[in-house]
Amino acid sequence: MSQPTPAGLKSSARTYTHPGLPEPADKDYAVIGKSKPKIDAREKVTGQARYTADLKFPNMLYGKILTSPHAHARILSIDTSEAEKIPGVKAVITHKDVPTLKYGISPARWDENIFCIETVKFVGDKVAAVACIDEETCYKALKAIKVEYEVLPAVLDPLHAMDEDAPQIHPEYPLNKNTEIHQNFGDVDEAFRQADYVRTDMFVGNRTYQAPMEPHTATSIWQGGKLTVYSSTQSPHYFQYYIAREFGLPMGDVRVIKTYVGGGFGGKLEPTGLEFAGAVLARLTGRPVKMFYDRAEMFAHNRGRHRQYMKLTTGVNADGRILGVHADFIMDGGAYTSLGIATAYYAGAMLTLTYDFENYRFDMNRVYTNLPACGAQRGHGAPQPRYAFEAHLDNIAKDLDIDPLEIRLRNARKPNTITPNEFVVNSCEMVACLEQARDISGWADKKGKLPAGRGIGVATGSFVSGAGYPIYRTDLPHAAAMIKVAEDGTAATLYTGATDIGQGSDTVLCQMAAEAMGYTYEQMKIVAADTETTPHDFGAYASRQTLMSGAAVKEAGDEVRKQLLEMAGEMVDLPPERLSVRLGRISAKDNPEITLTFEEAARTFFVQKGPLMGRGSYAPPKLGGKHKGAPVGTSPAYSFAAQVSEVEIDEETGEVAVLDVWDVHDCGQVINPALLHAQVHGALYMGMGESIWEEVRFDAKGKIQNPTLGEYRLPTALDMPRIHSSLVPSYEIAGPWGVKEVGEGATLPTMGCFRNAIFDAMGISVNSLPLTPEKVWAALREKRKANGEDIWDPMACECFLE
Amino acid sequence: MQAIADKQGVKRYIISLTVNGDEYSPVIKGNTLLVNLLRDGLDLTGTKKGCELGDCGSCTVLMDGKPVDACLVLALEADGCEIITIEGVAQHGELDRLQRSFIDNAAIQCGYCTPGMILSAKALLARNPHPTEPEVRAAIAGNLCRCTGYVNIVKAVLDAAEVTA
Repeated sequence: MSQPTPAGLKSSARTYTHPGLPEPADKDYAVIGKSKPKIDAREKVTGQARYTADLKFPNMLYGKILTSPHAHARILSIDTSEAEKIPGVKAVITHKDVPTLKYGISPARWDENIFCIETVKFVGDKVAAVACIDEETCYKALKAIKVEYEVLPAVLDPLHAMDEDAPQIHPEYPLNKNTEIHQNFGDVDEAFRQADYVRTDMFVGNRTYQAPMEPHTATSIWQGGKLTVYSSTQSPHYFQYYIAREFGLPMGDVRVIKTYVGGGFGGKLEPTGLEFAGAVLARLTGRPVKMFYDRAEMFAHNRGRHRQYMKLTTGVNADGRILGVHADFIMDGGAYTSLGIATAYYAGAMLTLTYDFENYRFDMNRVYTNLPACGAQRGHGAPQPRYAFEAHLDNIAKDLDIDPLEIRLRNARKPNTITPNEFVVNSCEMVACLEQARDISGWADKKGKLPAGRGIGVATGSFVSGAGYPIYRTDLPHAAAMIKVAEDGTAATLYTGATDIGQGSDTVLCQMAAEAMGYTYEQMKIVAADTETTPHDFGAYASRQTLMSGAAVKEAGDEVRKQLLEMAGEMVDLPPERLSVRLGRISAKDNPEITLTFEEAARTFFVQKGPLMGRGSYAPPKLGGKHKGAPVGTSPAYSFAAQVSEVEIDEETGEVAVLDVWDVHDCGQVINPALLHAQVHGALYMGMGESIWEEVRFDAKGKIQNPTLGEYRLPTALDMPRIHSSLVPSYEIAGPWGVKEVGEGATLPTMGCFRNAIFDAMGISVNSLPLTPEKVWAALREKRKANGEDIWDPMACECFLE
Repeated sequence: MQAIADKQGVKRYIISLTVNGDEYSPVIKGNTLLVNLLRDGLDLTGTKKGCELGDCGSCTVLMDGKPVDACLVLALEADGCEIITIEGVAQHGELDRLQRSFIDNAAIQCGYCTPGMILSAKALLARNPHPTEPEVRAAIAGNLCRCTGYVNIVKAVLDAAEVTA
């Protein structure tokens, strides 16, 4: 039984009741909740789907960017004259030819230039660009550009970036401090004083990269004063906004069009040199210019996961109830801000979600280094702190002799509560997720009973269903949608700015439109993510589209249905409220004899009143507290997940074989079960890669050592465990039909879950990611040494001492 | 094969190959990659480029029935060969059972790896109509996918294999 809370401390969360409509009793949906095939599936299996790199335009040129070979250097001179003489070279540009306005996706720190002006700040920084008649000529031209550098001392170790004598990367940000955060909620010191047990642990994360299969590509076209950019983007809107800003254009003169996108995972959220340099090259040459990164350039452009150094201190009751937490972190931001301010805030903000505690302190420094800039990768700043906290909690459970699943159940957040950092949590089935994960994994039969070398671990996660505030300050709604029914009613087209990057938003939004309209999914068409033809939407990030874009789509669909039923009512001489429509059949509620087709009513509507259209938009309510950084992590709704995994360790090699993973998710009403589980599979896969293999490594001069998919070690089909994806019933009052996010949430528990399974198997704690065989082997060795075993040290062998 | 030299003395070669049943005689350079011939020369952009190093398998095509990374094959080497790309898998608008199975099993997300995956799987089923799950995993181990965790792709290939039983 739970002990009483010590005097003067709040221990359980404040409660909250959402004013929205309660869960409907009748959930007999016709289109949502069904595993419809993806709307773009046929084009994708036949090779007809065109990605940005597949587009060709008359008179098109090819462009490439020249990048810095040094981590930190002063540019003394750039000589482009030889490059310009090469036949087929149409333009060579440097910082002298482009706007010098600094840009970045985070408005609080615009710190990037199209091309470096005085110094280059990492290996891969942008110096010049060329446009040529073909790709081969581009490489010749890049080679012929002569840049003289004065190499400067570089900051490669984030832990020394803030030293007084460290080289300064951006003069305007002293001590290389990019973002400094100090947040305090409740009274952590008092919580630690009153706690029965206080423990501190240190963990280190890894620098990982999204590695979408499709390389970034952008093709820019100027016609008169108007710029059109086709790009592999996660957000046409932010691209349009920042490109217009950089070139001083009205947004109406910048059109950004997403084609099919081959995965993003956070890496394609912000415009790159490809869009900025490409736009200038297209203007100078008067021709379309296709710019692209190769795989190594993608790694250098990066914007992947920050490496975090995480110190956690937690005070608990004797029964394991958490009283207070202090998170003290440093993160390596790389050379620029990217989305890193938000990442830094997310790192601490999301720690308060899965467990209920009221006293919390978060300190963070995001530092600049002379390494590629980090940004938002699936789960944003949250996965590494989640790994650290889940590992830390298992250490505490072990010290107190409490079962790891039990300590989580005792602390699990409840629905309708408010976190210490002022996030309102409506639906929350954390307890049900943990219980189901325990039951389907056979936890009780396995914990402490597995054969030698085998172990089982548990961890939790939670994520936003869309960010409560956009990336830059604006009063635009977060999502908007239009539906146009075809003249004869046999088809309807959804126009949405929502951005399908593979996750399936085009499909689920068409399902939602059809459900709201009383139509069929099979008759839906979609036009999406084109800033000129589709209404505004912020795009694919922060797991926002099912809830936010979905809310706008539902409103548009409801409007179509309302007008349609009014028309039908006139046609059959009944008031519209006595009619209903489902799957394209209109019928009277109290007289099944009276029916009409959607097509008949829609056609009559067009003849009598013009186009049958619906419009919708969505803006979240005002969310969050008043403290500095309060907006980051706010969301209308949060998903919750528990994962259990079973691993087997090879004691000789330290290799970790993950045998099974059970993921149980609370993600509200499901729109498309097949796509939902596919999101869990993918998120878990990415979490698994980061847990065990993936890491971007640098040499002593800041150059990436493994900028290829093989050496970076993307997991293959042979590396994957058995995955069991399961759901708990849940309804979210803030989402259309009760939906919440799923796409990023399943990345969160994985790293901590594997670490805890290894901890269970061998009694060793691997305190840094990835959990490589070397680290596991070394930890096993240390343990044996500590147990007094005589260990042969190969490095001490005379044969190695030359 | 016939070769001609341009003004700079760089040789061009006329090769003959069959792509998806159609015969072509393109003029290529010695360093032209098969993937670039297909994408740029023949506008068969279903063959994707993900790394140009043979790591990702996005450019997998069948060359005389065998799956190859088209970024590791010189166009010259394809002289006299029969190539099947993703555009040649469906016949007369009718999807192949593997394509159908990928759709039915939700094995597609961004779709960038899909053409290569389907061709590797097609080669597998041609030489081994009833593969085991580990055999499927081994057959597509050279095709990286960043979206699916391979879960539904493996299911799709096994399902398609069962249809033939």
